[in-house]
Amino acid sequence: MKRRVVIALAAGAVLARPAPAQEGDPLGAAVSAYAQGAAVRPGRVKLQIDQLVDNGNVVPVSVSVESPMTAADHVTAIAIYNERNPQREVAKFTLGPRAGKALVSTRIRLATSQKLTAVARLSDGSYWSDTVSVVVALAACIEGDGIP
Amino acid sequence: MARTLLNVPKTARKGEVIEIRALIAHPMETGFRPGADGKVQPRDIIRRFACRYNGEQVFAAELFSAISANPYVAFHTLATETGTLEFEWQGDNGFAQTERAPITVT
Repeated sequence: MKRRVVIALAAGAVLARPAPAQEGDPLGAAVSAYAQGAAVRPGRVKLQIDQLVDNGNVVPVSVSVESPMTAADHVTAIAIYNERNPQREVAKFTLGPRAGKALVSTRIRLATSQKLTAVARLSDGSYWSDTVSVVVALAACIEGDGIP
Repeated sequence: MARTLLNVPKTARKGEVIEIRALIAHPMETGFRPGADGKVQPRDIIRRFACRYNGEQVFAAELFSAISANPYVAFHTLATETGTLEFEWQGDNGFAQTERAPITVT
């Protein structure tokens, strides 16, 4: 009897665990907040960043989106989110048909090894994303210089 | 006035997609980092960047603490007509700067 109760309790604990999309996934939560509930599909977006980052203070990133960039079909916005910096947002870009090409580059800070997601909003209201994991050797200083 | 570095082609053919690179000298203090006294330094970042082509906005960016010091942004635009490209940066503590670059479209 006792053993059965223990097993039942254990099974209950496993089932009662909350869905991972809520607390354990701040990146996914930030991305869905940006999409305002719309479905974010993987594809069409390419987030280019070195998989192994030597210096987290200056990390070149570029985001490109497959789009003809015409008045009828273009990218209206691109946003970059991170998983484990003190703040989820990295940058938000506003584009339009006059951009000619959906390709933006910048340089960012990364506090630690983590995942990054680039999200693009198209003129038809759809959202597309790309996620990349990076390993950071030297973190951007968030608690002093890190050297005692 | 902060130093800026703008990379804009002087001439372009009509309808050509040109790359524009803009960099501005700014510490981009994150607001998460303690200073020498152990207290967290107040945030001082550039929050907005915009590029206007003859007065019409063609690109804008919202920047956060995760952008590196001396923020650099590269983007593209269609060369439509001869005129001026205007670059504007706005940030904390009333930071505002505008730079211009001419372009000749043939």
